[in-house]
Amino acid sequence: MSVLVFAETSEGQYKKVAFEATSYGAKVAELLQTNLVALSINAKDASQLSTYGATKILNVKNEKLTSFNAKAFAEVVSQVAKSEAATVVIIDSSSNGLYLAPLVAFKLQAALASNVVGIPSTTNPFVVKRKAFSNKAFCLTALSTSVKVIGLAKNAFGIFENTVETTLADFNPALSDADFGVSSKQIIKTSGKVSIADADIVVSAGRGLKGPENWGMIEELAQVLGAATACSKPVSDLDWRDHAEHVGQTGKQVAANLYIAIGISGAIQHLAGINSSKVKVVINTDPEAPFFKAADYGIVGDAFEVVPKLVEKLKIFKQNNA
Amino acid sequence: MKLHLFYPTKQQKTIKNMKLLVCISHVPDTTSKINFTEGDTKFDTNGVQYVINPHDEYCLTRALWFKEKQGASITVITVGTQLVEPTLRKALAIGADDAIRVDAEPKEAFFVAQQIADVAKKEGYNLILTGRESIDYNGGMVPGFLAASLNYNFVNACIGVEIEGQNVTATREIDGGSEVLATTLPIVLAGQKGIVEEKDLRIPNMRGIMMARQKPLKVVPAIEVILNSTTVGFEKLPLKSACKLVSPDNIDELINLLHTEAKVI
Ligand SMILES: Cc1cc2nc3c(=O)[nH]c(=O)nc-3n(C[C@H](O)[C@H](O)[C@H](O)COP(=O)(O)OP(=O)(O)OC[C@H]3O[C@@H](n4cnc5c(N)ncnc54)[C@H](O)[C@@H]3O)c2cc1C
Ligand SMILES: Nc1ncnc2c1ncn2[C@@H]1O[C@H](COP(=O)(O)O)[C@@H](O)[C@H]1O
Repeated sequence: MSVLVFAETSEGQYKKVAFEATSYGAKVAELLQTNLVALSINAKDASQLSTYGATKILNVKNEKLTSFNAKAFAEVVSQVAKSEAATVVIIDSSSNGLYLAPLVAFKLQAALASNVVGIPSTTNPFVVKRKAFSNKAFCLTALSTSVKVIGLAKNAFGIFENTVETTLADFNPALSDADFGVSSKQIIKTSGKVSIADADIVVSAGRGLKGPENWGMIEELAQVLGAATACSKPVSDLDWRDHAEHVGQTGKQVAANLYIAIGISGAIQHLAGINSSKVKVVINTDPEAPFFKAADYGIVGDAFEVVPKLVEKLKIFKQNNA
Repeated sequence: MKLHLFYPTKQQKTIKNMKLLVCISHVPDTTSKINFTEGDTKFDTNGVQYVINPHDEYCLTRALWFKEKQGASITVITVGTQLVEPTLRKALAIGADDAIRVDAEPKEAFFVAQQIADVAKKEGYNLILTGRESIDYNGGMVPGFLAASLNYNFVNACIGVEIEGQNVTATREIDGGSEVLATTLPIVLAGQKGIVEEKDLRIPNMRGIMMARQKPLKVVPAIEVILNSTTVGFEKLPLKSACKLVSPDNIDELINLLHTEAKVI
């Protein structure tokens, strides 16, 4: 018996979500009084995972798996799960993780719980808490299969160091052409920017900014904070900003440490995308804007005056705290 | 970066007999108040309006484009009780040709996927569109389970698709960009906004609504599936403390609060 975590890499380096999933896995393994096995694919330095509590690390080195391929990766994860007799398999909620998890669960005839925010509240029955109703509530789900797959929500558990003794080994999966029915042709990166998924801080702006020409100060604020930029749905519908920035129920989910909303009213569908962010700041001219009910800190004021001042003061702050 | 890359153009080859299935999930309208009853074990449907899951609506529109530009039949399917029929009728009014309702409470994703897979095996659709996730339980599980059950190719979070002959070019959203994928029919695509734009969504018109009444809506019994999971309860979000207001003339205070109190900068 064991707990298995899929520790995701990008170009050979572990993603932050890999450390979070491993930290979480260590806790679940402790709860089940068993060991945590971590699996990575083409990691340059797999030993790094011992820092987060993995007692065994399996690394797959395979050129065919250089770029993410959901079906082939699912085959690898399920082969490892079987050989390690894993009863719980943990997968992160990156865009790849979300793609992968149901395929893994199906192969293992396992139940899947996605968007899980904490360790199981009980292990028999096996009950986990999940985000539901577009982050407006949680749902408690009991998984009844012998093997369980957990899709861990982003930034829900945290990263904890817990250095343990580790055995490191390679794993050679058996793959066939059938596993490569979908192939990657091109990856288009939104260049030189922090992505919303990876960002600790997100600076977001809405229709209150009046037009795309006014985003300079938003970009600047994001740059000072090392933040990603985002927007409300009408802003992307109007083509002021790219779709990939649209946050909310029908757009991206933001589970950041800090979300700054500028000129966004705070419609329920927008809030649905940011409820799981930790600290929210709103800047809006209208004190009645619903965003003030959802925010932790607020400024009633004109973005065109407040944001440039904020940028200037933050630059000074950053200099003093560098 | 523009994601308009794969809009249909006239010169595209027509595929004969393209059979499309669009999976429709019937969900509380986005502004619904979320409440629970019976000691937080049941979702309170009191006063809740139901709509087509927004992601499924984008997919249905994309399906209509295939029909109009390349020729295709469009079936919509829902696993649900009789209560979901108005949602299916709406999909018919928007332009689907026929509808199937699998007569069962959609208890969990695996169960739902098995029901759809069973229908799909019998009917042999070559393109199945689903939404990225339902906005009620936000599982994002049905599409993957469905593709795996049918052993079809699968693309998640799809924001663009083109089909020529048996070849499929699909674009999916990834963290920090997008990825273009090449694959073949038959396929399950889990779509979201981008697969069509907001402005292209179709609203049923009077003629569509009249025609929908005549279109076939078949009810089929559910197959037996052992449930993998059960919902045992709900919790509401913890109450939030009031928003601390800072004067626009005192930006330093905001920075200080974010640094020392919230510890996020
Ligand atoms: C099915 C469905 C799904 C949806 N999904 C989403 C979603 O995923 N994401 C999303 O965002 N929306 C979504 N919406 C839309 C949502 O209901 C709102 O319409 C939208 O969020 C409003 O965007 P906004 O706040 O930018 O614009 P507005 O509502 O126009 O608000 C602009 C705000 O800016 C403020 N303002 C104006 N001038 C200034 C200034 N100089 N300085 C500071 N503040 C100023 C105003 O007081 C106002 O509060 C959805 C709607 C539906 C029906
Ligand atoms: N009861 C259902 N009937 C038909 N399709 C469904 C049902 N539930 C989910 N789906 C489809 O699967 C997608 C993802 O749903 P989910 O896995 O529940 O988040 C939805 O957008 C629908 O296309």
